[in-house]
Amino acid sequence: MKRFPEYYTIWNIAGHYGLRIFALLVLIFLMLPILVIMPLSFNSEPFFTFTEGMLALDAEAYSLRWYQEVVDDDKWRLAIRNSFVVGIAAALIATVLGTLAAVGLASPWMPYKRFITALLLSPMIVPLIIIAAGMFFFYTRFNLVGTFAGLIIAHAALGVPFVIITVTATLSGFDRSLFVAGLSLGAGPFKVFWDVVIPLIRPGVISGGLFAFVTSFDEVVLVLFLAGPEQRTIPRQMFSGLREQINPTILAVATLLVVLSAALLFTLEALRRRSVRLSGSA
Amino acid sequence: MSDTAAGLNPADARNAARDVRRRKLQAFLFVTPLLVFIIFAFVAPIATMLYRSVHNPTVANLVPETLAALDDWSGNAVPDDAVLIQFATDMKRMANDRTSGQLADEINRALPGMSSVVKSTARSLRRVDDAEISANGATLLLEANDRWSDPTTWHALKAAGQVYSSSYYLTSVDLERTADGGIAQRDTQIYVKLYTKTLRMALTITVLTIVLGYPLAFFMAHASDGLANFLMVFVLLPFWTSLLVRTTAWIALLQTNGVVNSSLMALGITDEPIEMLYTQFSTIIAMTHILLPFMVLPLYAVMRGIDSSYMRAAISMGSRPLGAWYKIYLPMSLPGLSAGALLVFIISVGYYITPALVGGTDGQMISNIIAFHMQQSNNWELAAALGSLLLILILLLYWLFDRFVGTDNLKLG
Repeated sequence: MKRFPEYYTIWNIAGHYGLRIFALLVLIFLMLPILVIMPLSFNSEPFFTFTEGMLALDAEAYSLRWYQEVVDDDKWRLAIRNSFVVGIAAALIATVLGTLAAVGLASPWMPYKRFITALLLSPMIVPLIIIAAGMFFFYTRFNLVGTFAGLIIAHAALGVPFVIITVTATLSGFDRSLFVAGLSLGAGPFKVFWDVVIPLIRPGVISGGLFAFVTSFDEVVLVLFLAGPEQRTIPRQMFSGLREQINPTILAVATLLVVLSAALLFTLEALRRRSVRLSGSA
Repeated sequence: MSDTAAGLNPADARNAARDVRRRKLQAFLFVTPLLVFIIFAFVAPIATMLYRSVHNPTVANLVPETLAALDDWSGNAVPDDAVLIQFATDMKRMANDRTSGQLADEINRALPGMSSVVKSTARSLRRVDDAEISANGATLLLEANDRWSDPTTWHALKAAGQVYSSSYYLTSVDLERTADGGIAQRDTQIYVKLYTKTLRMALTITVLTIVLGYPLAFFMAHASDGLANFLMVFVLLPFWTSLLVRTTAWIALLQTNGVVNSSLMALGITDEPIEMLYTQFSTIIAMTHILLPFMVLPLYAVMRGIDSSYMRAAISMGSRPLGAWYKIYLPMSLPGLSAGALLVFIISVGYYITPALVGGTDGQMISNIIAFHMQQSNNWELAAALGSLLLILILLLYWLFDRFVGTDNLKLG
C-alpha cells in the first residue's frame, strides 16, 4: 500500500486512484482499435468480426489467406508500388527544397520572414478538401490530373511544412558562427551549406523527410481528386474497399501498415534522441 | 554611439549597406526554389478556387450572340423574334455539338426544372434546316416548349449567362436573387444548417478530446520519466498509424455484428445489436479517437514544465484538490489546453475521410458536401464558393490561434 501524506483525506486518495484508472481507460481507448484489427486480419472467414472458433483459440479459425490475397492481387501490388514511388519522390522534393528554405529562414537577414514562413506552412492548415478542389481546377490546365507528376507535386507541397518545422527546430540549436567561419575561410555559401550545415542538421532533415513521406503515404483526399486508376495508392485502395466490398484483405493491409508505422515511430524517436545528444540540450 | 555614427565615413556606410543587402539576397536565394514551387503547387490552385467561386463563363461561351441580343430586352415580355431566332440557331448548333447538356445543367441551377426543357428543345431543333430556322425560328422555339414564352425563363438564361456572379455565394448561405434584383431566403435551407452542424460536431469532438485528454496528459506529465516515455508510445502509435487504418478499425468495432455489439450482447446489456455505424455518433467517436493525440501532445508538453509542488502546497494548506486545480493548475496549463483545443477544432471542421466512410447520411460534414458538388453534381462553382467560406472560417480560427497561442508552440511528436 502506497503511503499518502497525512493531510490527504479519503477523497484525495480516491482522486489519486481515480486519475490512474481514468488515464488507463483512455490509453485503452487509444490502443484498442489498433489492437483489435490485428487478430481479425488472421480470420479464416470473410468477416470483420471474431468467429466462435477464434474466441476458442481454434487454430483452424486462423489463417493467412487475406495476406496471401494482398500479395496475389494485382491491384494491391500496384497500389503498394505506387504508394512508395509517390511517397519517396514527394518526400525527396519536399526535403531538398524545404531544407534549403529552412536555412534561409533561419538567417537573421531574411526579409519578410513572418509572411513567407506563414505562406510555406499554410498547406498544413488549409483543409485537404479545399486543396484538392483547387488543385483539380489548376492542375487540369497543365494536364497534370491523372498523372504521377501531378500527384507527386501535390504531395510534396503537403510535406513541405513538416520539413520546415523539423529542420528549423534543429537549426535553432545550430551555432551560426560556424557558417560565418566557413565563409570567412573562403568557401561559398553553398559549399558551407553542404559541408558544414548539412552534416550538423542531418537528424532534423531525415525526420522531416520521414514526416513528408508518411504524409504522402497516408494521404487519400488528393489522390481521390487527382489520381487516375493507374495512380491508385494503398489508402485509395482501402477507401474504395471500405466503400464497396468490405473484406478482411483491408485488415491485413491495415495490420501491415501498423507494423510499418511502429517501425517509423521508433526510427524517429532514435533520431530525436540523437539530435538532442548532438545539440547537447533537451 | 553618436561618436561612432559621426565617425562613420560615407564609403563605410555604403559598404555596410551593400553588405546587408548581399546577406538579405543570400538568405532569400535559399528560400526562392521552395517559394516558387509552393506558389505553383499550392497558392495558385487555392487562388484558382477562389476565382472560380465568382467566375463561370460556361453559358457566356455557349451562347454569346443570344446573350448580346438579350442586352436590349425590356425584361417584361417575351424577347422579340430576333433574339428567339438567334437562340434557336444556337440551340441547333449545340444539339449537334452535344453541348446542349451543359447549357441545360447551367440554366437548371438558375431555374429548377429547365434541364428537360432545354434538352427536349435541342432535340426538336436538331434536324431542322438553317433556312427554316432563320425564317421561323421564333415560332419553332415557342412551339417546342411553352416555357420559352415565359419571361422568367429568359431571366434565368440571362442570369446564367453572367461571367462574374455572386450567386454561388448566395446559394452557399441559402439565399437567392429574386426577379426584381433583391435578395431573399431560399425555400430549402441546406448549407447554413450544414455549417452549423459541422461547427457543432467539431465543438463536441473538441470537448470530448479535452475530457479524455486532459486527465491523461496530467497523469503522464507528473509520472516518472520512464513511465511517461513508456505511456507516450501508446499515444504516438495511434498518432502515427494511417488514418484509413484507424477508420477501418472503427468500422470493425461498431458494425452491426461487430466487436462492440457482440460484447454488449454477450454481457447481456442489450438483446439485439444497436445500429451505431453510419451515424453521427460513429463519426464523432472515430474522430475523437483520431484527434485525441493532437490534444494530448501539446497539453503534455506544457504540463511537463509545471512544478507539481504548487498543487501539493495548496492542498497541504487546506485547499480541496479541485479548488487547487482550478485556481493554480488550470491557468498554468491553459496555453497547452488552448493550443490543443484550437488544433483539434480546426482539423475537425475541415474533415473529410472519416465522415465519408462512417458518417452515413446524418454524419456528413461541410467537406463532404463540397466533395459531392465536385464529383457527383459537377457544380464546381458552388463547391468553390462553399470551399472559400470554409477557408475563411479556418483562416479566422488560425488567426485566433496565432494571436492567443502563437504558432511557435506547434511541435511535432
